[in-house]
Amino acid sequence: MTYAQPDTTGHFGRFGGRFMPEALVAPLDELDHAWTDAKADPAFMAELNRMLREYANVPSPLYEAHRFSEAAGARILLKREDLNHTGAHKIRNVIGQALLAKRIGKPRAIAETGAGQHGVASATACAYLDLECTVYMGEVDTERQALNVARMKMLGAEVVSVTSGSRTLKDAINEALRDWVASVDTTSYLFGTAAGPHPFPSMVRDLTRGIGDEARAQVLALDGRLPDAAVACVGGGSNAIGLFTAFVDDADVRLVGIEAGGDGVETGRHAATITGGEVGVLHGARSFLLQDEDGQTVESHSISAGLDYPGVGPEHSYLAEIGRASYVPATDAAAMSAFDLLCKTEGIIPAIESAHALAGALDLAKELGPDATILVNLSGRGDKDVHTAAEYFGLIQEPVVLEQGVEE
Amino acid sequence: MSTAIDELFERTRGENRAALVGYLPAGFPSKELSIRAIEAMIEGGVDLVEVGLPYSDPVMDGPVIQAAADQALSAGTRPADVIDVVRASAATGTPTVVMTYWNPVERYGVDRFAADLAAAGGSGLITPDLIPDEGAEWIAASHAHDLDRIFLVAPSSTDERLAMTVEAASGFVYATAVMGVTGAREQTSSLGEALVARVQKVTDKPVGVGLGVSNGAQAHSIAAYADAVIVGSALVRCLLDAPDETAGLDAIRSLARDLRAGVERS
Repeated sequence: MTYAQPDTTGHFGRFGGRFMPEALVAPLDELDHAWTDAKADPAFMAELNRMLREYANVPSPLYEAHRFSEAAGARILLKREDLNHTGAHKIRNVIGQALLAKRIGKPRAIAETGAGQHGVASATACAYLDLECTVYMGEVDTERQALNVARMKMLGAEVVSVTSGSRTLKDAINEALRDWVASVDTTSYLFGTAAGPHPFPSMVRDLTRGIGDEARAQVLALDGRLPDAAVACVGGGSNAIGLFTAFVDDADVRLVGIEAGGDGVETGRHAATITGGEVGVLHGARSFLLQDEDGQTVESHSISAGLDYPGVGPEHSYLAEIGRASYVPATDAAAMSAFDLLCKTEGIIPAIESAHALAGALDLAKELGPDATILVNLSGRGDKDVHTAAEYFGLIQEPVVLEQGVEE
Repeated sequence: MSTAIDELFERTRGENRAALVGYLPAGFPSKELSIRAIEAMIEGGVDLVEVGLPYSDPVMDGPVIQAAADQALSAGTRPADVIDVVRASAATGTPTVVMTYWNPVERYGVDRFAADLAAAGGSGLITPDLIPDEGAEWIAASHAHDLDRIFLVAPSSTDERLAMTVEAASGFVYATAVMGVTGAREQTSSLGEALVARVQKVTDKPVGVGLGVSNGAQAHSIAAYADAVIVGSALVRCLLDAPDETAGLDAIRSLARDLRAGVERS
C-alpha cells in the first residue's frame, strides 16, 4: 500500500497533531491552507525551484566516495548537501518558507536556532527575499557559536539571546513561540526542522524531500538500481525525512536514522530521542522525547549542537513505530572517528551532525558487506565545527582569539 | 449536574459582580508557602483558585510565571505536590482548578490525574496547550470524574473554532484578552471585550477574561462585560518582589482586596 501520512489534521498515526495555544491554531490553519495552495500553484513552485537552482546550488551532486568506501568495506554514496549555499540542507526549507511568507504578505520572520545553522539560513533567505528577521538563540549557544551569531548579524538579522530555562535550543523555540503568539498578524515563523505543530512537519518534509528525490534518480542513473540502504542523522529530523521520503515505498531500501548518542545512551547523557526517550508532547506535537518521570523535558547532550534537541519530528516516531525506518545511536566518539576518516580519505570536512550518519554507515557496512551500496546524506559541511573538532582532536590548546590590532 | 464552579457563577451573577480568579503556582517558593499564599489571596477575596503546575517549557507564559515555575521545579515540586496544594486550597471551600500544560498530565496518566484531582477536591483543569481537537482522553476523564474542562479561546479564534471550543468547555470559558503571553500590561486590550461578545453570542456559559490584568481598575473595566476576571502574574510578582515571607503574603492579600473591589459592578 502506498504510504500516505499525515491525515488531514496532521497526525502520523498516534504522533504529531497540534498541542498549541488556541491563539495560534487559526494562524496554523491559515498557514496550512496557504502552503497547500502554494504547492499546487505551478508559478510558485517554478519560482521556488528557480531560486533553489540559481541561488542555493540545488540539485546537489551525488558523489561516490571511493577511498571512504574502501575503508568502510561497502560502497558509500554521498548526497552532497554540504555544497549548498550556506553549507547545509537547511537552505531548501528556509527558502521555501520565506517565499511562502512573501506570498502570504507578512513582512517579518522569526526563527529559532541551536548551533546557528538554521539561523544563518533564515537570515540569508530573509536578506535575499527582503524580510525583517529575528533569530532566537539560547544564551549557551550564542556563547559556543559566536561566529554564527556574527554571521547572522552581518546578514542583517537581529539575534536575541534567550536566557530562560536551559538557555539552549528548546528554550529558543519557546521564546520564538512567545514572540509569534503576540506577532502572528505580521510575522511568519520559519520553523527549522520537521517537528512542531501541524503543518510544520509535513511542510518541512515537502520542502526537504528534494534531497531524496534527487538522490533516488541520481543513484538509478549511476547504478540502474536503488541503494540497499539510505542513512541520515536525526536531530529534529529534517534532513532525514528529506532523504527518506523518496524511498518510503521502496520496501527493499533500508532507512536508517542515526541519533546522537552523546556519551552513550546508557549514561543518560545523549540526544537519542527515539532510542532512549518516551512518548509525550513537546513543542506542539506528540512524539518521542527526553523527559523525566513527571513529564518535564530533560536536557539533551551531544557534541553536535545541531542534534542537541530533546525532541524529534513526529513522522520519525511513526516510521520507527511501524518499523519502516530504524533509529540507532552513534556516540560522540564514533561520530568524531567517522569525521576524521572522511577528512583523511576524501578531503571533505563534514558537519559533526553528518558525521553521525557516516558513523552509522560504517556500522551498516560491516553488517551488509562489500556488495552493498549505502546512500548517506552528507547534510552539511564542517566549517562551523572546525573549532569543536580541533579541540576534540587536541589540535589547538585554547580558543583562538584575535585581539584588536593583532594580525594572525 | 451542577459543579462547584457552576454554583460560584450562579452566586456572583446574583450578586451582580464578576468572579475573581487568582493564579499561583504550586511549590513557589515552597510547597508550604504556596499554600499560605493561596490562603492569603482567598482571604483577600479570590473566588476561584487556579493552581499552576510548574512545567519546564511554558510557552504561554511571560517572564514572571516562568521565573516562578523555574524556582518551583528547582525546589523539587512534583505533580503529587500540586495535588496536595489543591487539597489545601479546596479545603477552604473555594473552588480550585489546576492550570497545566499537557505533557505532565499525559505522563502522570490522564485518568489517574483526573481521579487524584477529584479526590483532592479539585474542580477541573485549565489547559493552555490542549485544544478540544486533541482532548478526547481528557474530555472522557473529566466526565468520569465530574471535573470541569476550561478551554481557552483567543481573539484569533475563528467563529467555527469558537463555537466548537465553547461547546466542549464546562465551568467557564477562558478568554485570552490579548494576543500574547501571560504578564501584567499597562493597558488591557480592547480585544477582550469583542471576544467576550463573540463568545456570548454562542453560549450562556460564563466567560472569564485573563492575560495582562494587574489592578482593581483594570478588573473593574473587565467586570463590566465578563463573568470573571483572571489574574496571575501580578499575584506571582507580589511573592517574587517581596523582601520576606510576611511582606509577600501581605502584598498578595492587599492586591486581592483591590481586585475584589474592582470586580463589583456598582
